[in-house]
Amino acid sequence: MFRQAKAMDPIKTKRREARWEHFSHGADIGVRGIGPSRDKAFEQAALALTAVVCNPKRVKPVQRVTVSCSAADQELLLVAWLNAVIAEMSARKMLFSRFSVRSRGLRLKAVIKGEKADPRRHAPAVEPKGATLTALDIGRWRQRGLWTVQCVVDV
Amino acid sequence: MNISKLARRSDYSWEMPKRGDMRVPAVIFAGESLIREMDEKVAEQISNVACLPGIVEAAYAMPDAHWGYGFPIGGVAAFDPDEGGVVSAGGVGFDISCGVRALKTGLRVPEIESVRARLARTLAAAIPAGVGSTGSLHLDDRELDRMLENGARWAVGRGFGRPDDLDRVEERGRMEGADPAEISRQARRRQRDEMGTLGSGNHYMEVQRVSLVYDDRAAAAMGFSVGDVLVSLHCGSRGLGHQVGTEFVSRMAEAAPRFGLTLPERDLACAPIKSPLGQSYLGAMRAAINCALANRQILTHLARIAFAEVLPQASLDVFYDVSHNTCKLEEHEAGGRRRSLYVHRKGATRAFGPGRPELPEALRPFGQPVLIGGTMGTASHILLGTAESEKTAFASAAHGAGRAMSRHQAAKQWRGAQLVKELASRGVLIESPSMRGVAEEAPGAYKDVDAVAEATERAGLARRLLRLAPMICVKG
Repeated sequence: MFRQAKAMDPIKTKRREARWEHFSHGADIGVRGIGPSRDKAFEQAALALTAVVCNPKRVKPVQRVTVSCSAADQELLLVAWLNAVIAEMSARKMLFSRFSVRSRGLRLKAVIKGEKADPRRHAPAVEPKGATLTALDIGRWRQRGLWTVQCVVDV
Repeated sequence: MNISKLARRSDYSWEMPKRGDMRVPAVIFAGESLIREMDEKVAEQISNVACLPGIVEAAYAMPDAHWGYGFPIGGVAAFDPDEGGVVSAGGVGFDISCGVRALKTGLRVPEIESVRARLARTLAAAIPAGVGSTGSLHLDDRELDRMLENGARWAVGRGFGRPDDLDRVEERGRMEGADPAEISRQARRRQRDEMGTLGSGNHYMEVQRVSLVYDDRAAAAMGFSVGDVLVSLHCGSRGLGHQVGTEFVSRMAEAAPRFGLTLPERDLACAPIKSPLGQSYLGAMRAAINCALANRQILTHLARIAFAEVLPQASLDVFYDVSHNTCKLEEHEAGGRRRSLYVHRKGATRAFGPGRPELPEALRPFGQPVLIGGTMGTASHILLGTAESEKTAFASAAHGAGRAMSRHQAAKQWRGAQLVKELASRGVLIESPSMRGVAEEAPGAYKDVDAVAEATERAGLARRLLRLAPMICVKG
């Protein structure tokens, strides 16, 4: 079951590079992005989202899609961003492995790259339905130079 | 769950008395072992639901309850619009009108034994399932609107199924009050090519055999006996429903302060039923219900085609179709009077007792069928609503086994290919494009569905009719 709603302090892990993680939730799965800026952490959270479905390394970044979103606060911006990616996955039947986020305040634009989902090559495990507000947390350690963003994704 | 904070009302009913901001008590239905296995979050979330404005009687959690978003999965709550009651997108969930449809094949187990592998392959080929799958239909905006207004009736009108199917679907296949104008462009975009697709995760199409009959008389009257073969479908409103849920959870969370709502969890996002936002959500959610009903109708048609290829004598008559992620306006006795209430069931099944006009005539003497979906390696159950269940938890019952372990843990503990092999040795054929998906859905990752069905009966929420054992499972 869920045992870790709050993000781990990235300093304690002594790893300062941008990366993603999953964390457990009773029925679904949590995605966490860590990076030197909020934009980089958002990119990593999106990679974690792809990794819920399949190994991101198997997804070729051959098709480019642009997305944009905005929200009332930065937590909701993370949810809006992940939901924008989920909507593109769903509508275009694609998986994505490269994310380039540019945000300003509570508005975000991104270029995301991927390819059509291929059941044989990607062997996708689940289909994300939506990013939720559960375990939603953002920027806890920005004063130490790393951003950590996370929420649970319903699958 | 720590049971020390619960008051035991009976062996299968536990109460959290009103405290703090709770407007009503919270009640959890389960035997002691199931309740001890439940996550603490279930207690926390159901207490939060009890704090919402206009809630009536109590907030309820079913025996399969587990941690959800705002509401627990397996949560039931009713709200009175005349007392400031709210409608909650988080209280319905992302997969609006996800549900189960059971089909009677008219076949007996020996008839399918010799063709089981071929039937499994044919079904897997006929049913679009998994990430990236598309149906054979492409709907333009006008056709999408028709589908959203008319649900399964639209599908039957398009040639997917038979008119008599509709009598066995909740709402006779069409949810009143749907407002396609409330469905966003993004939601439409996600659904254009997804009609007649199964999805992934815990969604499935199963061929099952009746392994146990609990009520011989009722089963005989409905034409069931041990060894009969059924088909069960578990899926929902696909991308459109997910998008509606996503958009309204955010909109309601943002709007909460304007309505003077202080939410203990943002996922409890809600709006007053009588507010424009509440009404918008109801119109969109009902349209998504119709999308789910249409989707299961098309899948029924596809299953019939697949069966006809392998076993042309199969009939595949709809036994019943029930949704378990909804908010519906219903008449209930509460507080000593008959009231119109908005009943949220999130991972909970409606369980009307005998005689309700909402039930098909043929099933009215028996009560509403409650279809509890299980896992690919254990069992599913069919129960019936009773006069007692009608008065308990607004006529609601469990909906599934309920997860006992996260996907993360399950994927670490099991290997999909090994599971497929093991299940085949026990007579269950699995068809899935993803072995990791199979591992995440391992039967051991779920609660004991037999215990859930038993607790549902013993808590007075419904009575058991049939136990169904899986023979073939097609998963996305």
